[in-house]
Amino acid sequence: MKLNKYFERSLWVFHLNTGSCNGCDIEIVAGLTPRYDLERFGIKLVGSPKHADVLLVTGPVTSKMLDRVKRVYEQTPDPKAVIVVGACGTSGGVFYNSYNISGSVDKVIPVDVYVPGCPPRPEAIINGVLQAWIKLENLRESMKTAQAK
Amino acid sequence: MTSISLFEILVKIIGAIVIAFLGVVIGLFYKGIDRKLAARMQARVGPPIRQPFMDFFKLMIKENIVPQNAVPWIFNGAPIMALVSSITILLYLPVGNISPLLSGYGDIVLIIYLLTLPAIGMVVGGFASGSPYASVGAQREMVMMMSYELPLVTVVVAFGWKLSQVYPHLNIFSLTVINAHPIWELVGPLGFIGAILLFITLAAVTPGELSKVPFDAPEAETELAGGILVEYSGRNLALFGLADAVKIIVMTSLTVALFFPYNISHLLALSGAFALIVDTLFFLVKIFLVMFVEVTFIRVAVARLKIDQVSFAYWVPVSIIGFLGLMLIVLDTIIV
Repeated sequence: MKLNKYFERSLWVFHLNTGSCNGCDIEIVAGLTPRYDLERFGIKLVGSPKHADVLLVTGPVTSKMLDRVKRVYEQTPDPKAVIVVGACGTSGGVFYNSYNISGSVDKVIPVDVYVPGCPPRPEAIINGVLQAWIKLENLRESMKTAQAK
Repeated sequence: MTSISLFEILVKIIGAIVIAFLGVVIGLFYKGIDRKLAARMQARVGPPIRQPFMDFFKLMIKENIVPQNAVPWIFNGAPIMALVSSITILLYLPVGNISPLLSGYGDIVLIIYLLTLPAIGMVVGGFASGSPYASVGAQREMVMMMSYELPLVTVVVAFGWKLSQVYPHLNIFSLTVINAHPIWELVGPLGFIGAILLFITLAAVTPGELSKVPFDAPEAETELAGGILVEYSGRNLALFGLADAVKIIVMTSLTVALFFPYNISHLLALSGAFALIVDTLFFLVKIFLVMFVEVTFIRVAVARLKIDQVSFAYWVPVSIIGFLGLMLIVLDTIIV
């Protein structure tokens, strides 16, 4: 696995709803509107996890979604980053310890960036995707140093 | 085999490599312009023009996943088939006043056949993916292929028939001949209207051939999650992206060769290398304008049609417009 400098300028995002109330989803879609225009950073919302570089997960993981979340994560080709959007995905939110919830997203799959808020503003989500850039950048740097050694 | 023909073969091979490289680069560049213009029309800033290049280089380093129930050699072969067949068409298309590289070896009828190959590559890849979404996408692509062939062939037949009436001794289906005799100069007022109708037909076929909105039902992202391409990732997806970019150049070049084969070098009284450069630049401007009208503008202006609406649109209204254009050209010739 190697990373090049084009990677951060062309992040394709797959949006996964694991039981969200649609509040965060609306805010993600708002990021694509002319007002925020995520496409100017090369960020594109794709329909299939196979095309994605970043998983944007919203909502607490319900018992029914537990297996699906894992499978979608495994279907996303490496290298990848996971961003959790919203209070529910970050900690469980108002559904904390609920009987039909498996818990927050980071109990199921490794999470790189948390974007708290209920729902977070589109600016916060864009900032979260930028943090994912930094994560991938660090990954690239560490690989470079590893190769140098 | 003589040494001269060996030299010719060498020239053709080098020419093919150069054309393939230029076709891919210009195709990606035009795709970037297309995305930028579409964004500007929606009052967005839009991605930088080199965005398709960055997408391509990113996809090349991504992991290449082959699904468990896919047929690996077909699954991996389909993107190569799509790319190679679309680049092959480029070798038969004239650029400015440069005649096509393989001008003596194939004509527009061969191009019609070759145009189906990228689509067939996608269909085969879709079926080999072993995913219900991809299968539905592949079925839709097949329905579309069956729908847009008739109007496309009508346009070509109209050109061939008209040329055969005016110049019976020429090879009427050769693109060099079509390029040398623009349709607008051969026809009277009635035929002029017919030629405009034929242009509308080809302009309607182009988005279908390229799977662009409103005819992008096979790749519908909102319903089919990417349709044919749903299981493709990494290198294979990048190759499909390249094939798509080259196909834009192919279809716009075909439109230019059929309807706007004019050059400007003789107006500027240029000759030699300057004329070649000016005509090639003018050709790039022409295919840009055609792309803007046939792809970008239509893509932004309208929404996606359902597959039955696509089929109906091609079989009934577009075909009727095409036949009307053909009949007007025939009437024009018979009456005069």
